[in-house]
Amino acid sequence: MAQSAETIHGSKSKSGAAWWVEPYLTVLALGLFGVYSLWLVFFQHTGQFQNYLSPFFSPTEDWGIKVLPALWVLWAPLLFRATCYYYRKEIYRGFFHDPMACGVPESRRKFYFGETRFPFIWTNLHRWFWYIALVVLVFLWIDAVKAFIFPVAGGGSTFGVGLGSLIMLVNVSLLTMYSLSCHAFRHLVGGGSQKFSCADGSPTTRYKLWNTVSRWNEKHGLFAWVSMFSVWFTDVYIRLLIYGVIHPVRFF
Amino acid sequence: MSENFERHAYDILIIGSGGAGLRAAVAAAEGGAKVAVLGKSLLGKAHTVMAEGGVAASLGNVDPADGWETHFYDTMRSGHFINNYKMVEVFAKEAPDRVLELEQWGAVFDRTPEGRIMQRPFGAHTFRRLAHVGDRTGMEIIRTMEQKILTVNVDVFQEITATKLFIDNGRVAGTVAYYREDGRFALFTAKAVVIATGGWGKAYKVTSNSWESTGDGAALAFRAGAELVDMEMVQFHPTGMVWPPGVRGLLVTEGVRGEGGLLRNSEGERFMEKYDPQRMELSSRDVVARSIYKEVQAGRGTPHGGAWLDITHKGPEYIKRKLPGMYQQFMALADVDITKTKFEVGPTIHYTMGGIKVDALTCATNVPGLFAAGECAGGLHGANRLGGNSLADILVFGKRAGDGALEFIQGHEGTPKVEEAEVQAEIERVLQPVGQESGENPYALHEQLQEIMANHAGISRNGPELEQGLQKMLELKERAKSMSAPGSRTFNPGWHSVHDVRNMITLCEAIIRGAIERKESRGAQWRLDHPDELEEYGKINFVHKMEDGEVKTYTSPVAEMTAELQELFQLGAAPGIAKSGKKE
Amino acid sequence: MAEEITLSVFRGDRSGGREQEYKIPAVPGMVVLDALHYIQAHQAPDLAVRWNCKAAHCGSCSAEINGSAKLLCKTRVDDYTDEVIHVRPMHTFPVIKDLVTDVSWNYEKLRQIPAFQPAIKAPFTLHQRDVDRIQEFRKCIECFLCQNICHVLRDHSAKDAYWGPRMMIRMAELQMHPLDTADRIDLLKGSAGIGYCNITKCCTVVCPQGINITDNGIIPLKERVADKYFDPLGGLVRKMHK
Ligand SMILES: Cc1cc2nc3c(=O)[nH]c(=O)nc-3n(C[C@H](O)[C@H](O)[C@H](O)COP(=O)(O)OP(=O)(O)OC[C@H]3O[C@@H](n4cnc5c(N)ncnc54)[C@H](O)[C@@H]3O)c2cc1C
Ligand code: SF4
Ligand code: SF4
Ligand code: FES
Ligand code: FES
Repeated sequence: MAQSAETIHGSKSKSGAAWWVEPYLTVLALGLFGVYSLWLVFFQHTGQFQNYLSPFFSPTEDWGIKVLPALWVLWAPLLFRATCYYYRKEIYRGFFHDPMACGVPESRRKFYFGETRFPFIWTNLHRWFWYIALVVLVFLWIDAVKAFIFPVAGGGSTFGVGLGSLIMLVNVSLLTMYSLSCHAFRHLVGGGSQKFSCADGSPTTRYKLWNTVSRWNEKHGLFAWVSMFSVWFTDVYIRLLIYGVIHPVRFF
Repeated sequence: MSENFERHAYDILIIGSGGAGLRAAVAAAEGGAKVAVLGKSLLGKAHTVMAEGGVAASLGNVDPADGWETHFYDTMRSGHFINNYKMVEVFAKEAPDRVLELEQWGAVFDRTPEGRIMQRPFGAHTFRRLAHVGDRTGMEIIRTMEQKILTVNVDVFQEITATKLFIDNGRVAGTVAYYREDGRFALFTAKAVVIATGGWGKAYKVTSNSWESTGDGAALAFRAGAELVDMEMVQFHPTGMVWPPGVRGLLVTEGVRGEGGLLRNSEGERFMEKYDPQRMELSSRDVVARSIYKEVQAGRGTPHGGAWLDITHKGPEYIKRKLPGMYQQFMALADVDITKTKFEVGPTIHYTMGGIKVDALTCATNVPGLFAAGECAGGLHGANRLGGNSLADILVFGKRAGDGALEFIQGHEGTPKVEEAEVQAEIERVLQPVGQESGENPYALHEQLQEIMANHAGISRNGPELEQGLQKMLELKERAKSMSAPGSRTFNPGWHSVHDVRNMITLCEAIIRGAIERKESRGAQWRLDHPDELEEYGKINFVHKMEDGEVKTYTSPVAEMTAELQELFQLGAAPGIAKSGKKE
Repeated sequence: MAEEITLSVFRGDRSGGREQEYKIPAVPGMVVLDALHYIQAHQAPDLAVRWNCKAAHCGSCSAEINGSAKLLCKTRVDDYTDEVIHVRPMHTFPVIKDLVTDVSWNYEKLRQIPAFQPAIKAPFTLHQRDVDRIQEFRKCIECFLCQNICHVLRDHSAKDAYWGPRMMIRMAELQMHPLDTADRIDLLKGSAGIGYCNITKCCTVVCPQGINITDNGIIPLKERVADKYFDPLGGLVRKMHK
């Protein structure tokens, strides 16, 4: 019996869309993001506009490297995301059709090794990229704070709030939530322990942490998408400022 | 033409892979015997998996005043004193150990704030006594047993139906069974056989039971010479679903009332105040079921002929945590959100108290080498079973039957034999309906059987109706001789039900005969023409024997309790009550 | 009232088969299993279907209804209005007859999982929070719908390499039991093949018990494998901590 789209499992998502919409949207979004990143790496040299710094270029030039500056920071978050459990699911479904949607027959490739061999066995290193991502996050927070300190004409600086400051604050907050809702973190913070109670019956600290992270973890997929778009959007905003296409908005 | 069949020889053969069968298997295997377990369905799917509310054991984790004496007292009282008191005694004493043993094997019960096994209140249990896991306790038990069985040396045969017990020189010798998958046959010879095939709730239409509950083992044992006891006692659970029709009879766990659910009639009255003002919703099952029935008869029923059950006051979060299965069941099957609205419930057939008569300590039947445990055995529950007592029953007596069988084979030399011709004759009989186009339709006969039982031996009974029912059942028995099952032997459900129907007819005849003889009302037996509980009937059990293919009914005296045990009933209240400071 | 519904049911055995149509009267609240029983009683007495409880407790009645892996006893007929209801056996397991498949492979694998090994003797002192996590996994009714839908087993026929989601949560439940002392990590990485799971979550989607198989079971197990095999530093820290 030929299986029409209608009769396949997961045929209709909650929104009623056909089963193939989601994987294609994933490919589209991730693909465009990838292309955009490459464009930044090869053709853009700075992400700085006054006290705003694009997340793609943080931490900055301090390293004295002038070739492909974005590359020096980009690999970490990219590998972090590429090994993220959530993105892995989306990538396997969207790019590798393993499977495209539940119950949809796959092309019967001779080989399927899952994550047991190169290259995907490297996904097991996700926690290491998480550590590195955390370091990057510290820099991003510093950048976000800097985004509230505006240079004053004639020297010195002052606290202020501009549209860019808010965008950067939101962006770093979303990135933080993305990182803190990570499965590996959930495991490291408490999920790995077998017992959650102290001898006197009270909850262990690890239990409390695990419990909180678990709640965030339920929304990990959401944080993954919105934080990706916010990074993107932040860069676009700052880049438009750099090119002078738009002008900075300052609230006070 | 002679049929090929597999041959298997074991020390101990266990028919039934529910909780009782698996527990017996563990006991027998731990004693070093070579053991096989047969089941009609896949491992872990037996009827036991459906049990929801909990397993009764006087652990005293939440009510420290509880003890085996109180459990004994509650069980005897609810059984209206026709229970085999010796069974009740070992049962009440051993249940806590059997539950803790499950924990040792990996069962994960709900916990008290102190970190012990949680116990919930249940109908007619003086104290909070039912160890439970949400509303899927049976699943936890069967899963634990299923996993335990993998660690001992037991061969499990799945989806195989035993059809006859063989007797050699008065001693049980084995069984012949066929694989449901392809209809091939196997002979199992054994030095001892344990029957653990569960009840026969499928003899009624409105039932909470699974298809397996057709009483095969009891019927097989009966035909092989074993005695049946208390067959007239069939339990109606007060709360089954009544709407929509597709789910009529499906169980609404007593846990709903245990957790605080209230029963009301169409006028909003909490009618249990009238029938049992002390225990109210948590009265014994026979009382609550009858009360609902009476309310409906009096015109105070819900739109589909039941009563309202209401747990909304407990709040959605509590309900979803404590009764997740119920919440889902109503959401999925009836579009009812029990956290928001009351819902309709009515009596449904739930349990068969009667069964194979066994020795209290070894579970031996009157046939040497034949043992029985679990729902298929009779005696423990008397005229009415307490909720939670069955899961404890299958653990306590499952183990005892396994041990009993072990002791038997150690004390009896030799292996009984089964004649080749006997096996061939049985195979021929079993195969006869296969592929027959003309003959009685087993599905239709099953439906008629259920109708007879509902109309003539249901919740309320009377002499003339029972007599009529018996006539109809005997007619059905004749017609059942020529059932047909078109199709092949490969997984043919029509053929499978041929055996089920035949077994149920045998047992139903005994139910009706017992109900006719017991000219009184006691526990589950409610005779409109004899509405009172009579002292003289409290001293006897009705026992059935198969003689030349006919069901014969006798009386047998109820054993008298020891003086010590009798004293428990002279306290004026349940034992432990004074200590607990609780009112009964 | 007496509406008619049409079912198209797979009829066949190991040697093949095809769908056959049946028309039956609808009853309010009817589930697909009821419809099949009606067909058995009135039209095709030898129609093979596995079931026990009709209450979504036993996990016997798994099948594919209009392409979705579901329990027959939990799927209502009125979910499919104006549609023919196609009922087929599970795809991943060999058909025995009609809707009945040979799921014995699952029982073989269950046998190979090291049993619970408690450190002490019962009664245990365990708090609800210690067991909440494993109670979720113990809700499993062994319907094997997750095994059926898992693409590793379904499309790659990698049954010798990967044991499937049911076995993963079984191992998770033991591994996370506060008192268990057995170690299943080598087994997970080795012959149980947890690496074959690419966390695409179809098992979670179909599980009738709503168990978060992937997020709460498989991923934490993958992290435990990572603890042992991909994180020497973390391993060292943990050792010193003990
Ligand atoms: C919905 C529901 C809820 C319940 N809730 C509770 C509760 O909360 N507490 C409680 O204590 N009790 C409860 N009970 C009762 C309890 O579940 C049963 O009485 C108990 O599980 C019976 O166990 P068993 O081992 O005797 O038999 P079963 O579990 O019925 O097992 C019988 C076994 O015998 C096999 N078998 C039958 N015939 C044959 C044959 N011919 N050949 C081979 N094998 C055969 C079957 O395949 C099966 O494996 C409940 C019952 C129901 C229906
Ligand atoms: S998440 Fe893993 S186990 Fe579950 S279906 Fe996908 S590949 Fe299979
Ligand atoms: S995990 Fe869920 S889908 Fe898988 S077998 Fe268990 S209940 Fe079924
Ligand atoms: S799982 Fe997504 S970031 Fe770790
Ligand atoms: S029949 Fe038990 S789950 Fe459907």
